[in-house]
Amino acid sequence: MSAVPDRVHMTLRVNGEDLPVSFAPYKTLLEVLREDLNLTGTKHGCELGECGACAVLVDGEPLLSCLELAVECEGREIQTVEGLARGNELHPLQAAFADVGGSQCGYCTSGMLMTAKALLEREPAPSRERIKEAIAGNLCRCTGYQQIWESIEQAARVMREERE
Amino acid sequence: MKFDTIGKPRRRVDGRAKATGQLRFADDLALPRMLHCKLLRSPHPHAQIESIDVSRAEKHPGVHLVLTGEQFPIPYGIMPVAQDEHALARERVRFVGDPVAAVVATDEQTAGAALGLIEVKYRPLATIASPEEALATPEPRIHDYGEQGNIHRNQSYEFGDVDQALAKSDHVFEDLFFYEGNTHLAMEQQASLASIEGDGKLLIQTSTQNPHYLHRQLARVLQMPAAHIRVIATPNGGGFGGKCDPGNHEFVVCKAALILGRPVKICLNREEVFYQHRGRHPVLMKFRTGVTKDGRLTAMHLQTLLDGGAYGSHGPASTFYTGVLTPVTYELPRFKFEACRTFTNKPACGPKRGHGTPQPRFGQEVQLDKIAEKLGLDPAELRLNMVTKADSLTASWLHIGSTGLAECIRKVVEMSGWKDKHRKLPPGRGVGLACSTYMCGAGVSIYWNKLPHSGVQLLLDRSGQVTVYCGATELGQGSDDVLAALIAEALGIDPSFIRCVTGDTATTPIDLGSYSSRVTIMMGNAALQAAGRVREQLAAAAAEQLDTLPERVRFSQGRVYAAEDPNKAMSFVEAVALAEGKFGTLGAVGSYSPPKAPGRYKGAGVGPSPAYSFSACVVETEVDPATGWITVPKIWIAHDIGQAINPVLARGQVIGGVYMGLGEALMEEQVFRRLPAKLSGALVHRTPSLLEYKSLTSLDMPEVEVALIEDPDPNCPYGAKEVGQGPLLPVMPALANAVFDAVGVRIDEVPITPDKVLHALEKKAKGEAPRVGPESFPAVPYPAPIFVLPPWEDGDGNEVKKNDASAVV
Ligand code: FES
Ligand code: FES
Repeated sequence: MSAVPDRVHMTLRVNGEDLPVSFAPYKTLLEVLREDLNLTGTKHGCELGECGACAVLVDGEPLLSCLELAVECEGREIQTVEGLARGNELHPLQAAFADVGGSQCGYCTSGMLMTAKALLEREPAPSRERIKEAIAGNLCRCTGYQQIWESIEQAARVMREERE
Repeated sequence: MKFDTIGKPRRRVDGRAKATGQLRFADDLALPRMLHCKLLRSPHPHAQIESIDVSRAEKHPGVHLVLTGEQFPIPYGIMPVAQDEHALARERVRFVGDPVAAVVATDEQTAGAALGLIEVKYRPLATIASPEEALATPEPRIHDYGEQGNIHRNQSYEFGDVDQALAKSDHVFEDLFFYEGNTHLAMEQQASLASIEGDGKLLIQTSTQNPHYLHRQLARVLQMPAAHIRVIATPNGGGFGGKCDPGNHEFVVCKAALILGRPVKICLNREEVFYQHRGRHPVLMKFRTGVTKDGRLTAMHLQTLLDGGAYGSHGPASTFYTGVLTPVTYELPRFKFEACRTFTNKPACGPKRGHGTPQPRFGQEVQLDKIAEKLGLDPAELRLNMVTKADSLTASWLHIGSTGLAECIRKVVEMSGWKDKHRKLPPGRGVGLACSTYMCGAGVSIYWNKLPHSGVQLLLDRSGQVTVYCGATELGQGSDDVLAALIAEALGIDPSFIRCVTGDTATTPIDLGSYSSRVTIMMGNAALQAAGRVREQLAAAAAEQLDTLPERVRFSQGRVYAAEDPNKAMSFVEAVALAEGKFGTLGAVGSYSPPKAPGRYKGAGVGPSPAYSFSACVVETEVDPATGWITVPKIWIAHDIGQAINPVLARGQVIGGVYMGLGEALMEEQVFRRLPAKLSGALVHRTPSLLEYKSLTSLDMPEVEVALIEDPDPNCPYGAKEVGQGPLLPVMPALANAVFDAVGVRIDEVPITPDKVLHALEKKAKGEAPRVGPESFPAVPYPAPIFVLPPWEDGDGNEVKKNDASAVV
């Protein structure tokens, strides 16, 4: 059995930037983002794949970063909440969450935003049922979800208008 | 009254930080040279600690410190009468999960590995699993204080001769109910970071709802001057009552930082959060309620039995709350209330959203549905005919100020189409209605004192920036937004010109904390007092320039102008500069204490509030008779909020409350089981994970239609009452009543699960009573009641001797 190195060094591509980082090989993507890259916008509620708070996009698909080893992510396109805004202007999803109650404590918000982003990229005009399904793996304890659905709907409208 | 800011939907002041991930929760913080802490927890529900050997753990590479109960001789507890916890257990562990030792190491991995090297010898003791067992098993005592045996609190109150009134009633309804315990499940797991600041003082940044109470407890346990300790409440990722008690981990990391002189962080994992708990008490209830034949209450005798878990926590208050708000919704001439809280070997129960009141509210509102059914009355009409009046007293001497309950009932009946649905929908479908009330802050602080409940400080300068300081803490409920909105309205400026500094014991005036729905009212009134004082200075300075009288100066939309001629005006910034020139540096403080309550008997301090909110709710259900499965297509709720400050947030609080109530009604339960004897026989949490502790997902949540009933309350800032807790309360009974309307069975127990519905349907088919719920109430040795005459029986709010009193009546 070959010895497991104490640390591995690699370059992760996060929000369009190549970031060199070294970390213990057992670390999850969640841990490396938060602890080694100081990107604490991604949250955790369980670290067992049960809450969705840690969702990020990897190659455009929502992924629970607490279940993914960071070493598996080399060469993949990672997107986190920190990369969502366009410069200093909020992404329509962020604006809607802030404006219409999609974010109360804000702890589930990053995971919700990234999951919703993936949805709206696939389906620019999702029905409420589709929205409910898309975020079914993201628990929120504050909002009762309704204002989250409304936020996603509002963002979808804005994004459709932007495209026209 | 016309407002610039109040009542207008608006982006919350912290909305941007939340949506960008920039808001820093406790576990998002890191400091140079930071170490990590993990706790060793007891595998036994009840045991004597015979010895702890930490020598191997101490020698483990990467370990900096190992702590045990030795280092924590001083007990603590959120309430002065229940100082029964130690940061790490000394001599005794009282539930599976009780912290016994702590390791501080270079990383969590190392700390976790070293926990396995600590050797603890336990001598198991008999385990007490339920209140019934606690009553039957006075020895061994879980604590050596309390009323007797394993009874923690035991009390009895009688307001007017209840037996006499029941004997004269046309009907007496006797019902038993059980409400299972459940937990807050905030998405953020508790985290704390302790460090020594450059000035040598201790700093803890922590997920807490109550930095002030934590501050006091830290000073006591660490034996340090409070002035040498700084507590910063980081924004909480949800609280719901679960971050009110000081946590073991908070003392541990502070102690470790003091010993090591390095930052020490801890973040509980999700399983540990279930052990920290302090959630909803399981409560068994018995209601004996007298009514006239036309459906008016004559008297009620309520008995409650609480499963408190292993520590006191807020238990003395929780015990009161299983009864004190019962008389607030409907006119009740006489009321007797007996309550008993027992210790058991489970994680301690405490305050969860609604604190102690959802349980009796469930029983009361389901019983009213039974009364309406029996008397052939409409449940909405029955309630409308007996709602309490504005500016009235209850039998127990609580003063009700404003009430919008009647309006809430009318509104929710109209919105839901109640009259066309109740008892009229096809089999399997039904609607249920229930009402409730909640306090806008407790009238009395957790520790007895005559000091303000909330303080606010304002600082202004010539830049036009307004900084507001307050000890209130943000849980997601929007306390910073409320603070900014109130000051903005008072000074006629946009909320974006206000900077909120909150929840920091080093820099902000004391606010007691984010609990008991007190923040909007208490912080708000303090804020308005401070703003009023500043406005006087601004008006005096501006009046000279505008050639008008100070009392004629108006503030609106960033302008300061003369009432008689809005063209005589200047900008807010100019007015601030003038005032700074005239008075020197500008600032003011404001503070708030609730009005004195009319009750004067011992115990009258629990229940009074500056104002009460009211709610009415209709739940629609579809029940599948083959599976017992309950579907909820829609919920309507009307909430008497007095005045919404930011309707987006107010509506969010209502829907969030309904969501949490529906989860409790249908599925949430914090329950325990015994491991098989060959595995130790210990009493363990059945579902300490997010996956198995069931809560509603986005797919389970029905649409909620919300009506905010606005009738400003004179005791509240711009009339605004609470909205954080009240709207949860009517949901569980409304659901139970809807299940009855759908399939004709009574589930007198929360949660209402498919198996219970099926069981009740089977009983119905067999011709038995179609009900599932508790069958008996144990003999509880309640004390002789404190007897008080109601206001309408010539009482004066003091205790009297019952026999003398009966002679008077
Ligand atoms: S932290 Fe990844 S799913 Fe909960
Ligand atoms: S906003 Fe608090 S958990 Fe979703």
